[in-house]
Amino acid sequence: MITVTFTAPDGAEIAASARPGLTLMEAARDACVPGILAECGGACSCSTCHVYIDPAWTAKLPEAEEMEVDLLDFAVEVDPETSRLSCQITLTPELDGLRVRVPARQG
Amino acid sequence: MSHIAVIGAGQAGSALAAKLRALGFDGRLTLIGAEPVAPYQRPPLSKKYMAGDMTLDRLFLRPQAFYDENRIDLVTGCQVEAIDPEAMTIRMADGAAIAADQIALTTGADPIRLPAAMGGALPRVYTMRSLADADAMAPEFTAGRRVLIVGGGYVGLEAAAVAASRGLKVTLVEMAPRILARVAAQETADWIRAVHVAHGVEFREGCGLQGLTETDTGAYAAALSDGTTVTVDFVVCGIGVRPATALAEGAGLTLDNGIAVDAFGRTSHPRIFAAGDCASFPWQGGRIRLESVPNAIDQAEATAASMLGQGAPYVAKPWFWSDQYDVKLQIAGLNTGHDRVVVRPGDKPGSQSHWYYRGATLLAVDAMNDPRAYMTGKRLIEAGHSPLPEAVADPAVALKALPLADDLAA
Ligand SMILES: Cc1cc2nc3c(=O)[nH]c(=O)nc-3n(C[C@H](O)[C@H](O)[C@H](O)COP(=O)(O)OP(=O)(O)OC[C@H]3O[C@@H](n4cnc5c(N)ncnc54)[C@H](O)[C@@H]3O)c2cc1C
Ligand code: FES
Repeated sequence: MITVTFTAPDGAEIAASARPGLTLMEAARDACVPGILAECGGACSCSTCHVYIDPAWTAKLPEAEEMEVDLLDFAVEVDPETSRLSCQITLTPELDGLRVRVPARQG
Repeated sequence: MSHIAVIGAGQAGSALAAKLRALGFDGRLTLIGAEPVAPYQRPPLSKKYMAGDMTLDRLFLRPQAFYDENRIDLVTGCQVEAIDPEAMTIRMADGAAIAADQIALTTGADPIRLPAAMGGALPRVYTMRSLADADAMAPEFTAGRRVLIVGGGYVGLEAAAVAASRGLKVTLVEMAPRILARVAAQETADWIRAVHVAHGVEFREGCGLQGLTETDTGAYAAALSDGTTVTVDFVVCGIGVRPATALAEGAGLTLDNGIAVDAFGRTSHPRIFAAGDCASFPWQGGRIRLESVPNAIDQAEATAASMLGQGAPYVAKPWFWSDQYDVKLQIAGLNTGHDRVVVRPGDKPGSQSHWYYRGATLLAVDAMNDPRAYMTGKRLIEAGHSPLPEAVADPAVALKALPLADDLAA
């Protein structure tokens, strides 16, 4: 299992444990992490699964594909360095320990 | 303690129950669903799940822990038989009656089935609405088999895409003069059709299925209205849905293309509400019923608020998506009433967008592999702005710099 720590907008930390192959969005959903709406269920069509990746981890993630980059541009309060769409990140063993911050709002 | 019962545990029902708790409802909360499983996402059924690229555990909208932590009493596998609107009681399949102070109907829609007289009762004729439907037809999807898809709407086309990608021989019949006739312009239909044709799908448009008969070899012979016969191994029907109104009808609620609700999700009964695919609501001076995830969620959440007396009128912001092969089609707005379609070539090969106008007003955008066009259109439509059609048609004008018709008017 892969452990991911989500920091909610109020500072609370939630540790999620998920199997490889799930997306970061699914890990959050299954751990009842609030603030990741994921309205399109991972179809890269809503940008309401936006998160900030801990700067120590951004380089370890596979680069965003064009679809994600294009959509991310329209998310709220995007940070060019750390913003990602959590539904487009598939969890692999290398990502065990990943830390992620949930934005205050998604739209 | 007050009790709210939500009937129909799908996309809208689960969103409505979750929102009631998020807004502080502290009473008893029951979510009752006829299907044997917790609320799940339907869109992947005709996409990734059907293609075998997504496992069952990923389909669920929320984990069981969510319902437990939020004290949502989720009752699955339980068909509600009737509602007594005077007594405010709900009769379950086993005859038990439970009382509620408020009821929300989120019963969704039922797929239209092929009549038995046309072969609809044959064992390998499938519909595409539920997880059970998808699981039942999954074993048929093996390379080399022949499938007839009946209906060229999004669900039928997505099923065709999965089948063709997996090496099946696909024939699609559509009774209307063309595919996507109800939902998209000719331009979009032509674009999508071309992708399918390139993957070997055979189209028979303006052509109805007259009937299926079983052949000596156990295959099905499909007689078509153009006089031809197609022999297939199985059939998938994507011929639309009907709003699930039986409970509402039995309770004497006003129906109008679904359960008629006002902008607050109220039915004609003061303590019964409805949202999602089953409900029609006021829209631009008329009434509309949408069949989409975003509407199910947004309308359910707005209705939850009004059930708690915190409501604001629901204003739909329609959007939708469809995945076929490596094409992502994203749609913003509703094109009803358009008189013109402006084509905008995308930045990359294989991308394009179609902008629907009524006069100078932008109504909707269909974007094929062009999320920037989709999001730009979505923002503009939601803000009530219309870019100049000439600028939209000119790919040299950046999406971010599209001049607005309202700027000129001002
Ligand atoms: C194959 C497929 C693909 C789709 N793709 C997309 C897409 O890409 N994008 C998009 O936005 N939308 C898509 N949709 C539409 C979307 O799934 C629906 O709009 C959405 O599910 C509607 O939610 P709902 O809660 O109103 O209804 P549903 O999700 O249908 O839920 C209604 C539930 O109520 C239950 N119920 C009904 N009557 C009773 C009763 N008497 N007692 C107890 N339970 C009852 C039903 O069993 C059902 O589980 C797709 C739909 C299908 C079928
Ligand atoms: S869930 Fe919709 S874009 Fe990620």
